[in-house]
Amino acid sequence: MRKIAEIEAEIEASPGRAGRFVALAEEVLEIWLEAHERAATRETCEGSRLLALHRQGARGDPSFNACRETCRELVYRENLLASPGEHPDKAGASEAMRALALHLAYFVGGKLENAKLGEFCCSSRPLRVN
Amino acid sequence: MNAPDNKLKKVAYYPGCALEGTGHAYNRSTKALGSALGLELEEVKNWNCCGAMEVKNIDPKIQTYLSSRVLNIAANEMKHDVVMAPCNGCYHNLKKAEYDLAHDQGSRDVVAKLSGKAGHQTYEPGKIETIHALDWIKRAVGEEGLKQRVAKSLSGLKVANYYGCMYTRPRHIFPEKDQGAGSESTSKPHFMDDLLAAAGAENVDFALKTACCGGAHTLSDSDTSTKLVVNIIRAAEAAGADVIATECPTCHSGLEMHQIRAEKNFGVKTKAKVVYFTQLLGLALGLSARKVGLHENVSDSLGFLKARGLG
Repeated sequence: MRKIAEIEAEIEASPGRAGRFVALAEEVLEIWLEAHERAATRETCEGSRLLALHRQGARGDPSFNACRETCRELVYRENLLASPGEHPDKAGASEAMRALALHLAYFVGGKLENAKLGEFCCSSRPLRVN
Repeated sequence: MNAPDNKLKKVAYYPGCALEGTGHAYNRSTKALGSALGLELEEVKNWNCCGAMEVKNIDPKIQTYLSSRVLNIAANEMKHDVVMAPCNGCYHNLKKAEYDLAHDQGSRDVVAKLSGKAGHQTYEPGKIETIHALDWIKRAVGEEGLKQRVAKSLSGLKVANYYGCMYTRPRHIFPEKDQGAGSESTSKPHFMDDLLAAAGAENVDFALKTACCGGAHTLSDSDTSTKLVVNIIRAAEAAGADVIATECPTCHSGLEMHQIRAEKNFGVKTKAKVVYFTQLLGLALGLSARKVGLHENVSDSLGFLKARGLG
């Protein structure tokens, strides 16, 4: 399994490779799950493995959903590029996916380096309740 | 386009803690803009912290109580129908308290108990509407109203509108959004775009307009926050922006400070200016740079804006 820094480097060096960004984002979440000693799912959620991995990583219902929305934005653009016909969002979709994949890698990478900060911030558990 | 909502000519104003500190320029420019547009703000008396991140991470129901106290003062003591919170964190937390009180008996019980202990009336959900500063200007004045008042067009200014993550998330606490024409969108927010376009700005679209700025981690995990901010600024610059407009004091401070930190610590230089949307609209109405608090921003946009005849 690669380090997140290597994935970041690949994303940064991959402008225009839209087809690769969702796979790289999946790899980021696989690393998160591996670090928490959990086997990454092969299942899909709404047809997307990335969303299934996020759901698995967030454990249950996330309260805030910032990373989930980042994943959804990625999947939306992947679907958009795969769909036929014109759409105004298609032009910048690849660059947008690069920025989104990078955002996810930075955030999850940061969380992995600072374990005491908790889970994804959107699914952190209040101290009193747990 | 909807007619101006006269109910919003005078609203309760909940500035929140940030607007008394690092976000003071937002406080100053919000008040100056409202005044220039003939709108009135009445500050919530004896307000308290909304519960923000820190309290919520210990016990979310305490956060619900703290926000409910603010709502109670504005609704029951000051008799307002609408409270306006310009800070995304405060706006989010008041909306969340409203939602939790309407849907969760446990929250109602805690709020009733703590309100009794504190000796004030318990806030009942639905008594007051919480809005953001963007809603306020959009609904009270609207694009047409703004256009009529523009004294110095923002024309030639390429603006990336950055909304941050709390303005639209989680979606269920914002039932008024995603209601079709005229309402705000949670997936592609546009109120700031609409208002700045009405003032003449050229908006550029960019993918990270609702991405996390790392604001909650800025002290505990500064390097991650710096990376997130640089990614946002670079995405805005790649889309052609020379200004990033903000509507949240935490995002704004984060963008400003990590832009500087990125250059100092990592040698990563970005040049987009970070300016509150209220400052840009104020300048468009002919207010001075000082009146909208440009001197209180950390990043220096004064020369850039002056060169374009603003301020």
